[in-house]
Parts: sequence; C-alpha cells; structure tokens
Amino acid sequence: MDSFFGIPWAALIGQLMVGLINGSFYALMSLGLSIIFGLLHVVNFAHGAQYMLGAFVAWGLLEYLGIGYWPALLIAPLVVAAFGLAFERLLLRRLYALDHVYALLLTFGVALLMEGGFRLQFGVSGQPYPNPLSGGLDVGVTFLPLYRVWVILAALAVCLGTWFFIEKTKLGAYLRAANENTPLVRTFGINVPRMLMLTYGLGVGLAGLSGVMAAPIYQVSPLMGSNLIIVVFAVVVIGGMGSILGSIVTGFGLGAIEGLTKLLYPDGAGVVIFVVMILVLAVRPHGLFGRAH
Amino acid sequence: MADANTRPMLQVAGLRAWYGETLALHRIDLEVREGEVVCLLGRNGAGKTTTLRAIVGLLGRREGQIQLQGHATEGLPPEAIAKLGVAYCPEERGIFASLTTEENLLLPPVLHPGGLSVAEIYQLFPNLQQRRKSPGTRLSGGEQQMLAIARILRTGAKLLLLDEPTEGLAPVIVEKIGQTIRLLRQRGFTVLMVEQNFRFASALADRFYVIEEGQVAGHFRRDELDTQRAEVEALLGL
Amino acid sequence: MHFLSPRTNLVLLLLAIAAVAVAPFVAYPLFLMKLMCFALLAASVNLLVGYVGLLSFGHAMFYGAAGYVTAHAVKVWGWDGAAGILAGVGTAAAIGLLTGLLAIRRQGIYFSMITLAFAQLVYFIALRMPFTGGEDGIQDVPRPLVLGLIPLHDGMVLYYFVAALVGLGFWLIHRVVHSPFGQVLRAIRDNEPRAQSLGYRVLRYKLLAFVLSAALAGLAGSLKVLVFQLATLTDVHWATSGEALLICIVGGMHTLLGPVVGSIVIVSMENYLASFAEWVLIIQGAVFVLVVMLFRKGIVGQFYAYLASRRPAA
Repeated sequence: MDSFFGIPWAALIGQLMVGLINGSFYALMSLGLSIIFGLLHVVNFAHGAQYMLGAFVAWGLLEYLGIGYWPALLIAPLVVAAFGLAFERLLLRRLYALDHVYALLLTFGVALLMEGGFRLQFGVSGQPYPNPLSGGLDVGVTFLPLYRVWVILAALAVCLGTWFFIEKTKLGAYLRAANENTPLVRTFGINVPRMLMLTYGLGVGLAGLSGVMAAPIYQVSPLMGSNLIIVVFAVVVIGGMGSILGSIVTGFGLGAIEGLTKLLYPDGAGVVIFVVMILVLAVRPHGLFGRAH
Repeated sequence: MADANTRPMLQVAGLRAWYGETLALHRIDLEVREGEVVCLLGRNGAGKTTTLRAIVGLLGRREGQIQLQGHATEGLPPEAIAKLGVAYCPEERGIFASLTTEENLLLPPVLHPGGLSVAEIYQLFPNLQQRRKSPGTRLSGGEQQMLAIARILRTGAKLLLLDEPTEGLAPVIVEKIGQTIRLLRQRGFTVLMVEQNFRFASALADRFYVIEEGQVAGHFRRDELDTQRAEVEALLGL
Repeated sequence: MHFLSPRTNLVLLLLAIAAVAVAPFVAYPLFLMKLMCFALLAASVNLLVGYVGLLSFGHAMFYGAAGYVTAHAVKVWGWDGAAGILAGVGTAAAIGLLTGLLAIRRQGIYFSMITLAFAQLVYFIALRMPFTGGEDGIQDVPRPLVLGLIPLHDGMVLYYFVAALVGLGFWLIHRVVHSPFGQVLRAIRDNEPRAQSLGYRVLRYKLLAFVLSAALAGLAGSLKVLVFQLATLTDVHWATSGEALLICIVGGMHTLLGPVVGSIVIVSMENYLASFAEWVLIIQGAVFVLVVMLFRKGIVGQFYAYLASRRPAA
C-alpha cells in the first residue's frame, strides 16, 4: 500500500518530518521562554532575536574563523548566553521591583535593537549556511534527510535533558522552589539573584542553540527571529506559560499538526496554531499544562 | 567565654519597618540570648510576623539595628543574613508543591556545622521518612509543619525563628511540636517564636515579649507568670 | 492629575484648540493628520494599559481591520464616509468583543500574549483574504462625502474633520477616565480581588473597557485610510502595535496627554528618518530601552512629576 487514506506515504512522512522539524524549534524556543518566565516572570521578547544571534554567531564563526557547525553548536549558545547574562545583570535586574510591563518592554526594545542592527549590516536577505550532515536515510517509502533527522533527535534530547535537569536534580529543585516562593528560598541562604541571572542565561542559550540548528535549514537572516517568535508565543500560550513539560509536548505536537494541516488543507497551515489557541483557551484559559497563577 | 555569654545572639534595637508606604513597626527592642526560647505574643496584626521577617531580611524598608551574633545586618540581603546562622520557618510553612518531601527537606543548604543530620531528622520525624517521595503539599497540615521545622534543622543555623508553629494543628501534633522544641533547646538551639497559643508557649518559653501595634508593650519571664499573674493577664488582655 | 487650576486647564485647552486650528497653515496637513491618527491609536492602547492595567500587544488588529473595512466600504461599495467609518469602528468593536471574551479571563502577561496571538491571526487572515488585496493592500481609497454634505476630498475640510473626530475620541477617553466607570476600572487595576469582593462584575468592566479601546483604535484606523487613501498589511502588523506602545511609553503611560506628545515625538522622528529606513528599528529599540530604563514616566509624566514637586507639600 503506498498511500494512507489516499495520501501517499511519501508525502505524509515528508510533511510530518517538516512538521516535526518546526516542532523541534517550537519546543526548544518555548522551553527557553518557559524557563525564563517561570522564575523571572518576564516574557523575553528578545528570544527571537537571541535565536537569530545564535545563527549569526554560527555563520560568523564559519565565515571569519573557519569554525564549522559542530564546534559552533557548543560555542554559539555560550556566546549568546554570555550576552544574556550581561543583559540580565546590567539592565533587566533593575526592573524586577516594578510592574512586569517594563521588563517586557525592555526585552521588546532589545529585540528591535538587535534586529535593526543586523538588518543594517546584512539587509533582509539571508546568508546561506552549509548542511553539515548531507545524505539521508532510505526508509523504503521515502528518503529522510539526515540533517533533519539529527535536528529532531537532538532537539528531543535537549528538551528531555533540560526536563530531567529541572525535575530531577538538586539545582533543578532550587529552580522549582524559587519559582514558587522566591523570598523564602533566599532565607535559606540560596543566592537567588545569581540564580535569576543563570536562568536567564540558560533560557537564552537554548534560543542560541536553536539558532545554530536552524542555520542549515532556514537561511541565516535578521528576520528569522521575528518570524518565528510570534508563533512560539502562541505555542507557549497553548502549552501554559512556565510549564516545562507543556512547552515540549505542545511544541512538537503543534509542529506536527501544522505539518499535517499543510498536507490536508494547505491554506490553513499558517493559522492552524492560532485556531488551536482559540479552541484551547475557550476550554482551558490557563493553557493545556498551565496552573492558575 | 565571658564575651559570648554577655553578648546576645540576637539584638534588635529601635527597629522601625514599613510595608510599602505603611509604617508596620513603630519601635521594637528585644534580645534573645543563646540557648533561650523566647516568645512573641500579641493579637493578629500586632507586628509579630513583621518583626521576624525584618530579622531575616524580607522586609523592604527598615531603620534601626538588628545584630546577629554581633554582626550588623543593615542592608544585607536575606541570603547573606542566613549565613549568619539564622533560619526561618514562616507562618504559611512554605512547603514547595513542585518538590517531594525529601527534596523539600534537603533544599536548604548546610551553611554551618552542627546542624542535625538527615538520619537524626528522620529519627525525630519518622512520618517524613515514610512520606519522603510524596509531593510536599500532599502531606497533612501537621506533617507539613514538621517538615517546615525539620528542613531548617539541617542548615547549622543556631537561631531558629518559628512563626506560629502550632497554628491550626491537632493537640497531638501540638504536643509533638512542643517536644521537638524542648529537644532543640537541649541540643543547644536558640528559638524565637511567635505564638497565639499561650498555654503552649507558657510551658516552653523562658521569656515573653508582648507586641502591640508595632511596639513592645511588655516583657516578662516565665517565673514572673506566677508572681505577677495579674499584670501579665492585663497585658495580654485576658 | 490636577496639578493646574481649572482655569489654567481651560486656558490650555483653548490654546490647544487654537493650535490645532492654526496648525495646517504651518505644517503639512497630511503629516498632522498622521500625528493625530497615531495619537488616537496610542491613546486607545494607553486607556487599557494606564487605567485598566492591561497591556495589549495586538491593537493593530483593530486599527488595521477597521481600515480595511472602511476602505472597502468606501471604495468598492461606494458608501458615504460616515457609514464607512461606522462600519470600520463596528468591525473593530466586534473583533474586540470576540477576542476580549477569551483574553480578558487572564491577567497580566497572559492577557498580553493572547492579544498578540489574536493579532497574528488577524494578520494571517488579512494576508489571505482576497478583499484586503494581500501584499498590495487596498489602494486609491476615495475620500467620500460624509453624511452627504462634508466634502472630504478637500484637504482642509478633511483635516478639520479628522481633528474633530480625534478630539472626540480623546474627549471620550477623558470622560471615561473621570467617570464612576473609570474609577471602578482603576480600582480593578489597583486591586482586582478587592474590587471583586466589593461586588463589581470585574470581567464585565474589563470587557467593556477593552471593546471601547478597540473601537477607538478602529476609529483611528478608519480615519487613517481616508487620509492616506491606502490600507495595507502594515496596519495589521505587530510592528504597528509596537509603535503604539512606543508612543505611549515615550509620552507617559498614565497620562491623557502622553499619547499626543509621544505621537509628535515618534512620528516626527520617523518622518525625519524616512530616508534612513534601516535605522528606524534601531532607533525605536534604543528609545524603548532608554525610556524604560531611565525615563519611565515619559515626557508628560515627567513634567507632571516636576510640577508636583514644585507644589508646597499638600
């Protein structure tokens, strides 16, 4: 049988792949956002720009230093995280005592600054980035590009690894406790301000990592972040802000749904995530995995 | 050493504190000596909890002096104050829902030697060992109170601040908590607690401060309870 | 915000009206009308964020959708200007009602995210629906008669018409803010649980304020397409929502005049930078960062604070 209810297997699997690829990025990005939001109560509008930064660092490493994808996978997120640490320490920290609006607007401003800066330098067209893993897997009905399989598996691994770190380790316990009751945790002698900084760095590093992984697939362009971030916000709303598991499940799930929609009802693919959002919110105002705050 | 005996473990002098714009503490002066159990009495809203919070550094704006083991704590963040050897068990207990009982117990880091070991704690509170894999908030009220006290015993802090440790608990558990505090005193801990249950407090505490409208309205020792019963009752509005 | 005596307020108001009346002889009417439309859009955002405590990231959906509907009504259906504007405002209010019903149930940041996501939905729809003209938008929108009488094709008449309606919008906001309804809104903003315990149907108040804000944004959008004779995707893009927020914060988020001053500053700046298009994002971002970190009160807010500090202790 080479079709599934009239849809050729090749097309089905192909589109599912695309969906899972997108879902990988949705998951990684919303994971980073959730981690930051859970502790800092800040919606990091700069997340898309930090993703873009990660991609550009990878591109720059290759272009100017001849450093390829695999080292970049480690270096770029660290570079982006370092910027994040500095930003939290110097600017964001001063706004915690105020209404959350200001922190949000600050990250929004930073996003504009970064996108504007890169647009000034590179225009709006994209820079290509070579595929580090050419070739593919022949699975009979179709051919799976190796790099894309790698992205999905790597994203899954990073998501699960992060989940494990947060849910099962001692440092993760610090983070979970601080999410719930920051002042009390401080009275135990735990340096929460430092934790805030490192958490922001972690979340931002995840964005940077996503950027590196995205570089060979989507072109490295200053617009890549803002195109992605709006959809990611919808994913986070559906999953429930601050929920680690919610981000992962919703991210991959929505990516798959989006991919399948493209197959079955192409016109709807662009909006299906938002439609899902409306449906979910009508039934569960806090998102699928969210808790009443 | 003569020095250690004369200098109080905790000394609060001229403390004034604000919640936002409102003045919550007009003037608090008190001291706690090593090995004592001191109790803050007073009606709701008098400022007892606020005083404890000010000592651990959770209050925003304050004036006056708070000295822990001779170290001034002005301007120190809570995490630095904790390192001076004080631990806080809040009124609402603060058990973390997203942590297991054991994770809750092990969360506060050991900052000084001399705290109880995990084995000792489980010996004191076998319930907690039994329920150690359960999420912290699945425990009963009494168990959560014990957990809240237990987890600060590991840290090595010698001064324990307990806010309403028996609130809303069954007499059996209240009894258990009383035993625990007696044991802690034997082990050399110093306790400053807030209590509404005067019967409970009067059996345990060495000294009492009565707080009223953000000020110390009176002070008496346990032995004065008998000799000056009338004055004490007047102070407490009994 | 009564730092000046009622008499001074009245004098200033008359001066402002005079300034508006005289302005088109001093500056380009088109530029001034752009200022006014953006001021009204920003004011609608400000009403929500400053007085109700709800930060909307999606007002472009009201602004742009109203613009599209008005443009279509006036160009394709040949409607009278008044009907066209009403259709636009009505559309915006309807969208406001639908999205509000879902968004208003959440507070704070969740609310903001939901408005943003809904706005994106509207954007996608606008991108795909044939009547919007997609990437090209609706061009050559005519300037019709209003109520069969007022000839909007006359530039000066259009200016005073727009000024009158924008003024009406601001006056409406002023009345709402200083009414009992406005006081309840402020109570909700300051302490929602308390307002609820006092018996106020909090969700209803918030929804009403949200729909009102949407309608005002829609009015701005409808006027804008008549002025510029163009309705495009930019009007529904989140960058427009962002710009409205920028104007609010530069002008002063908790003031009535903030959006006006902010609009003058930002729109003028962007006009000036029109030839340096690549710098617009950077400048906007830099202004956001600077204002949020250093001048949180905004221009008008800072001015009021200065006035307050000069008064003898009240």
